[in-house]
This record gives sequence, structure tokens and C-alpha cells, in this order.
Amino acid sequence: MSETMPKTTPILQTIGLEKRFGGILAAQNVNLAVEPGARHALIGPNGAGKTTVINLLTGVLRPTAGRIELEGRDITSLLPHQRVRLGIARTFQINQLFLDLTPLESIGLVVSERLGSGADWWRLVGTKSAVTDEIVEIVERFRLADVMHERTAILPYGKQRLLEIALAFACRPRVLLLDEPAAGVPEAERHELLATIEALPKDVTVLLIEHDMDLVFSFAERISVLVNGALFVDGAPDEVARDPRVKAVYLGEELSA
Amino acid sequence: MLTILYDGIAYGMLLFVLACGLSVTLGLMNFINLAHGAFAMAGGYCTVFLVNRLGLPFALGLPIAFLVTALIGGLFERTLYVHVYARSHLDQVLFTIGLVFMSVAAVDYTMGSSQQFVQIPEALQGQFEVDGIGMGKYRLLIIVICGLLTVALQLILAKTRFGSRLRAAVDDQRVARGLGINVGAVFGITFAFGSGLAGLGGALGAEILGLDPTFPLKYMIYFLIVVTVGGTSSITGPFFASILLGIGDVAGKYYVPKLGAFVIYAIMIIVLIWRPQGLFARGAAR
Amino acid sequence: MTANADEVARYLKRRARWSPFEIAFWIFAFATIWLFPGKYLILKDTAILALFALSLDLILGYAGIISLGQAAFFGFAGYFAGLVAKYGIINEPVIALVCSGLIAAALGFVTSFLVLRGSDLTRLMVTLGVSLMLGELANRYSNITGGADGLQGVEIEPVLGRFRFDLFGHNGYVYCLIVLFICFVIARRIIYSPFGLSLRSIKGNTLRAAAIGVPVKWRLVAIYTVSAGLAGIAGALLTQTTAFCSLDVFSLERSADLLLVLIIGGTGYLYGGLIGAVIYKFLQDWLSNLTPQYWQFWIGLVLVVIVLIGRERMAGWVRIVRSLLVRLGTWLMPRLPALGGAAPDGR
Ligand SMILES: Nc1ncnc2c1ncn2[C@@H]1O[C@H](COP(=O)(O)OP(=O)(O)O)[C@@H](O)[C@H]1O
Ligand SMILES: [Mg+2]
Repeated sequence: MSETMPKTTPILQTIGLEKRFGGILAAQNVNLAVEPGARHALIGPNGAGKTTVINLLTGVLRPTAGRIELEGRDITSLLPHQRVRLGIARTFQINQLFLDLTPLESIGLVVSERLGSGADWWRLVGTKSAVTDEIVEIVERFRLADVMHERTAILPYGKQRLLEIALAFACRPRVLLLDEPAAGVPEAERHELLATIEALPKDVTVLLIEHDMDLVFSFAERISVLVNGALFVDGAPDEVARDPRVKAVYLGEELSA
Repeated sequence: MLTILYDGIAYGMLLFVLACGLSVTLGLMNFINLAHGAFAMAGGYCTVFLVNRLGLPFALGLPIAFLVTALIGGLFERTLYVHVYARSHLDQVLFTIGLVFMSVAAVDYTMGSSQQFVQIPEALQGQFEVDGIGMGKYRLLIIVICGLLTVALQLILAKTRFGSRLRAAVDDQRVARGLGINVGAVFGITFAFGSGLAGLGGALGAEILGLDPTFPLKYMIYFLIVVTVGGTSSITGPFFASILLGIGDVAGKYYVPKLGAFVIYAIMIIVLIWRPQGLFARGAAR
Repeated sequence: MTANADEVARYLKRRARWSPFEIAFWIFAFATIWLFPGKYLILKDTAILALFALSLDLILGYAGIISLGQAAFFGFAGYFAGLVAKYGIINEPVIALVCSGLIAAALGFVTSFLVLRGSDLTRLMVTLGVSLMLGELANRYSNITGGADGLQGVEIEPVLGRFRFDLFGHNGYVYCLIVLFICFVIARRIIYSPFGLSLRSIKGNTLRAAAIGVPVKWRLVAIYTVSAGLAGIAGALLTQTTAFCSLDVFSLERSADLLLVLIIGGTGYLYGGLIGAVIYKFLQDWLSNLTPQYWQFWIGLVLVVIVLIGRERMAGWVRIVRSLLVRLGTWLMPRLPALGGAAPDGR
């Protein structure tokens, strides 16, 4: 019953990726392959190294060994902003927003950067219609229109979480990495968030980290399980769900938590 | 040549005693204290006052200078500095520069702007010769005192309970708190002690460094060099940095008198670029 | 509520509009030329200090770089302006001024690579180190710079070949004020551009700025260079209007005072440096009359108190006063078509 694996080249791939923090191996021999257009979930207990993998993919951290390839091109040594230009964008597990800017300004910033006018120093912000049109589209898509003039610092948490994704999406990535997007969002605001994640365009490849198993299993077409920094199981949702080792890991975590 | 080495070592050891308190403050609380030199100046003026005006013996002036400055340091720490620890680095810089300005003007007002000299005993003046190399007696005293202090410091840090608490706090404040160490108290005591050492250094060094109201400004960069180049993870780092700086400065001023300080600053910048964590830091490669 | 592109554009552009408060500020600034004819010298110094502080605000207030070395650019360009005038290389002051700014900017560009690494403390040390090094160099090559005696025998030609720097300082002040205004307009334009927005994002959250594609390092290099250029123009102005330049242009006190000026006025809204310069000069004048020579004590005290009270809290008060003023301004504007003397309250 399992899906037939598409035999395309992965859009994002890691080969033998390793990250060592002093004594801890936060990632070891990670061989992750994300197919183009995939809805791919990366799960695992707390401290498994999921965020570390995202940090490695986006260039926040340098791996101690291994390679990262985007469509076959080695991007291991590129700087974070260079990877963004090649089409990798991410959200953060803990909000990383521009608290003094409004959502409008924040999104405007991202769009200007992407359209290559980020270094314009003589033109005023908001005078380029390509930029403003796109800001409007993103504001609407992420349901931020009603708060777009507020300072980010005073937005409700759910809206901040939406903005977190909006900023990454505004980079128009080909691969979008979502690090626990729903973490900490109160039940009342949750629905809005999940709906926007569901509605992400199909041509954007999504790698999702999430603890909420309902979300993971309703969203993902493929799931990788990371434990102690190593890829443990990798497969279609039903295979992973049936895997006794995964159950053991999660049961173990629940017992210890 | 050897005289330069000798003078440089004396100068370097002096710098170490002056700056080691700063290194601990920086390492422990991540606090940028540009006013450290003000405490050294306080020690210097204290000795001048005691020895020149009251006629106390020099040997008594030094420990009193230490105690008085330690007291002042402790007082300032408890009343003022505690409010600034958690602030941004910019605030710390502004705050301590403000203190420097105040101390400079206050000393200028009370003691006058002219350079002060401590009357050192006859017995310590002049030179003696070893193998035809002239060595100042006073500098020998400095080397001996500072050497002893360094050893004592090392022992305190390595052997006593307080030392181990301090090291724990430097390594990781949160963990130290978790272990039930009163980090605030440890820091207060260390700050006072470090200020006291600076005061002692200021008293000892008045003869060599010169003592006038601009002292904290003039030597601020030197103390900072010791600390940043030496790193803050041990006291051996700052110690070697001090010695190098001392020798480098004396040699530079001797061989290229007009470019002396230039060389020092250039080396400092190169070192900071090359190893931002300091020349002797552990695991500086991140 | 839905968004539409015109409204978004209008909203984004609105921030960059000149507010009544700003207009009043500049009207008043230029009015001082007629209001205080006997005070040209201190006014001129204030204008130069204001420009210098503006340059620091660009990197501190908008990019979060703590520097104790702005004096490096101030002094470097100051000596440059003095030397080109003394040896008749560039005689016309405006051209010399622009060249001084460019050469300071070039120095800023080169040193930015040293400064932009490391922690706050390393930055502090490196900026300070660079200015001290330049001071040492100027001292060493005293045959060119005049060393401790300062650069003597500088003769400045009339500005644009017409306006000679007079004894009362009238032309000097007008010259400085116009330069300040032009530089301010440039800085303001930069701040409200997409480039300026990206700087604010870097200051707000460097990690995220990089994660949305902002080339953090290059943006910082760029603003550091611009800031150095403005500081250089300020230094050149000082040399040109005094026909003199001395080693203290590189001093630590100059950079430290500058921090104070900016802190008094507040960082990150462009007027902080200008208002700070006015207050600082006023304080200096007043305090040094009160306790000549020891006024540094009070300056230090001001710094300590500002920090202890908390800059955020102070900024809060400033914001309240400012919004009141703005409201007053918007109320006054339609009523007073010939607005002449609505003085912004400097204190
Ligand atoms: N910057 C860092 N320095 C040291 N250790 C780190 C760092 N980041 C993560 N770690 C360690 O790496 C391991 C994996 O962390 P992380 O990637 O955040 O896990 P997850 O996101 O799966 O919960 C943890 O043990 C964590 O303590
Ligand atoms: Mg995580």
C-alpha cells in the first residue's frame, strides 16, 4: 500500500552531515533527501538535533563534517543570505522577529531584499509598486491585514507566529523549512495557523518539524525520524506509524517527561 | 638590551597587578568596566597622601592603599555597579566612562593637575649591577611584590574554596547559581579585591607610570589590552599578555621612540582580529 | 480589513514625510543666524558637533555598533583638509570638504573590516585603537602635521571663491549650518530607504536579518563607510573654520564626549545628535562658567545618572514630549501660514 517513491533528484540533500558541540554529537551521519514539492516532516524527541539540522541547512551553523546540496549543487560553505537567494528559507522555533518594525515593514524589507532593491539608499521605502503589490499578497495570505500597522512586539502570539512564517515565505523559497511552527500557539489561534500552512502553494517544498502528531500525519507525505542526532527511520507516514522502534522512542519520551 | 627586558618585565608585572581585577570582572559578569583605572589612581593618590603628607613609611602606605581602594571598590560595587550588570554593553560603557570623567575632574579639583611623586625610601632608590647590567632597585621590588602576588592569586584560585566558587561562576553563572553559589557575593568580593589590587598597583606604579588626574584615561587602553589579548578564562593569559605588553612597550619606546605606542596598538588590533577571544584563550577556535 | 497596494505604499511612505516638528526645527536652526549674531563661534561648534554626532548615530543608533573611535575619521579628514589647504593642493573649500569626506569614508571602508568582527568589547578596542594609532602617526610625522604644536599656517580661501571666513564667524557658521543640513538630508534619506530598513532589521535581530537574505556584513560595511565620511566632513569643517588642526582631534575624550552628546539627545531618530549637541554645548558653556576646568565632572555625572535612570525611560519621556510637540505643530500649521519662530524645545 505504500506510495511509490518518485525517482526524481532530491531538491535538498545532505550527505554524511555531522555537527559536534564540544562533547555532544548533535547531528551524526545525517543523510536526508527532500524531494521537489514534497511535504516532508522531520520528527524526533526534544534534543534530537532537529533544530541543529535546520541550522546546518540554512548556514547558521557550520557542519563539522558532511555536505549539503541544493539540486546537486554543493552549498555547504555558503553564507546564510546566499542560501536564501538560492531558495532556502526557514522559520525559527523561537520567534525571531523585528520587534520594532511593523509586519508591513518587516515583509516590505524581505520583499525589497528579494527583488534586489535592498541596497537602494536613495529611493524611499514603498515607492516601488512591484514591492507593494507583493506585500499586499503576503499580508492577505497570512491573515495579517488587521494588524499590519502595529509594532510586531505587541502582536498576539498567534499573529507573531504567522508573521514568522510570512517572513520566510516572502523570500519566495523553493524549500521552506518550518521549525515547530505551531509550538505554543493557543488553541483559539491554532486553526488559522494550520490553515495557512495547509494552503502553502504546492510548488514550494516544505520540510516541517513538529511535535503535534495530528498535524504531522495530516500534512506529511513522508516522515523522517531523528533520534540522538542520527536518522532513525525514514518513510511514508503509515510505515513510520507502524514502526515499533518509533513507538518505543516516543513512549520512552513520554515516560521520562 | 637586558636592561630593557628587566624593565619590561617589571612594567609588565605591574600591569598585571593593575589589570587582573578587570579581567575577572569582564570574565565573570561580562561587564565592561572602563573605570578600572580610576581605582588604580585612587590607590596612587592615597599613598601620596599617606606617605608625603602624613609621613607614613612607604611600606605601610602600600597595604593601606590596597585596603582603602578595596573598600572604595566594594562600596561602588554594592551601590552603583550592581544596577548596571544586566544592562547593555553600551550602557556599561557610558556608565563607566562617566565615572572616569568624574574621577578625573574630582582628583584634579582636590589634588591639582600636576604630576605627583611618592617619596620612596632611600634604600629603594638607585641601581645595582649584575654582570654589568644596571638594574633599578625599585623595579626589583616591583617584580618581587608582583611576583608574590601572582603566585598568591594563582594559589587562591586553584586551592581555596572561594577560588573554586569563583572559577565555577566564571565558567557558567547559571550552573554556579544552581549549585547554590551566591554569585552576587562572590562578585562583590572579587570586585573589591580586584580594585584593591589595582590600587596597590597604582601606588607601586606611581613612580614608573606617572600619577596625574588623567591616569585612568591614559592607561585604560593598556588594561583593556591585557584583558582582551590575554583572554578572560584564566589568570595566566592576562599574566603573559601583561609581560609581553610590558616588554613590547619598553622596547618599542627605546628602539622606535616616536612610534612606540603605535606598535602596541597595531599588535593589539592584529591579535584581536586573529584571535578575538584572546591570545591565550582556551578553545578560541569556537 | 483587507490591504491594498496604494494604501500600503502610502503608509510606508508616510513615515518619511517631514513632520511639522522637523520643519520647525530647521526653520529655527536657520533663524539662529539672525537671532544670535554674537554667538557665531559657539553656534558653529555646535553645528560641527551635531554633524559629528549624527555620524555616530548612523552606526550606533541604526546599526548597533558601539564605537569609541569616531575621532579617527574626524581627525584624519581634519588633517587632510588642513594639509590640502596649507600646501595649496585644493584651494576651494567646498571641493576640499567633499574630498575630505571621501578620504575619511575610504578609511572607514578599510577599517570596517577590522571593526565588524568580534564582540562589543573587541569593537570598542579596535575603534579606539585605530584612532590612537592615527594620533601616534600624526605625532610621529610632526614635520608634516606640526606634531604637538598643531598644524599651523593653514590659509582657507573664500568658499566658492566669494565668501571669505570672517572674524565674527558669520560666514563660517552659515557654511557649517548648510553643510550640516545637506548631510542631514542625505542621512535622513538613507534611513528611510530600503537600505535603512535593512539596517534597522540588522540591529533588531541580526540572526533573522541574515535568514531573510540580508547580506549583513556588507550592509554594515556600507553604513560604517558613510558614517566615517560624515565624521570626516565634520572634522574638515572644524579645520576649515578655525584654520588650525591639532593632535587632540584624535583623542579618546573626543570620542567619549561624542557618545555622551548622542546619548543625551537619544539614539536612533536622527535628531538625537543635533539636539544632544545643542544641550551639550549649552551645558558646557554654562558649567564651565560655573566651575571652569572641572565641568568634566558634571558631564560624567550626567552620563552616570542617565544610565542609572535608564535610557529607555528617558527615551519614553522624550517620546511623550515629542508627540506633544508634533501635535502642537499639526495644530499650529494651518493656523500660522507664516510660521517663523516655533522653536523646538531643545531641553
Ligand atoms: N549552540 C549550541 N551549543 C551547544 N550545544 C547545542 C547548541 N545547539 C544545540 N545544542 C545541543 O544539541 C542537541 C540538539 O539540540 P536541538 O537541535 O535544539 O534539538 P531539537 O531541535 O531536536 O529539540 C541538544 O543536546 C542541545 O543541547
Ligand atoms: Mg528544536
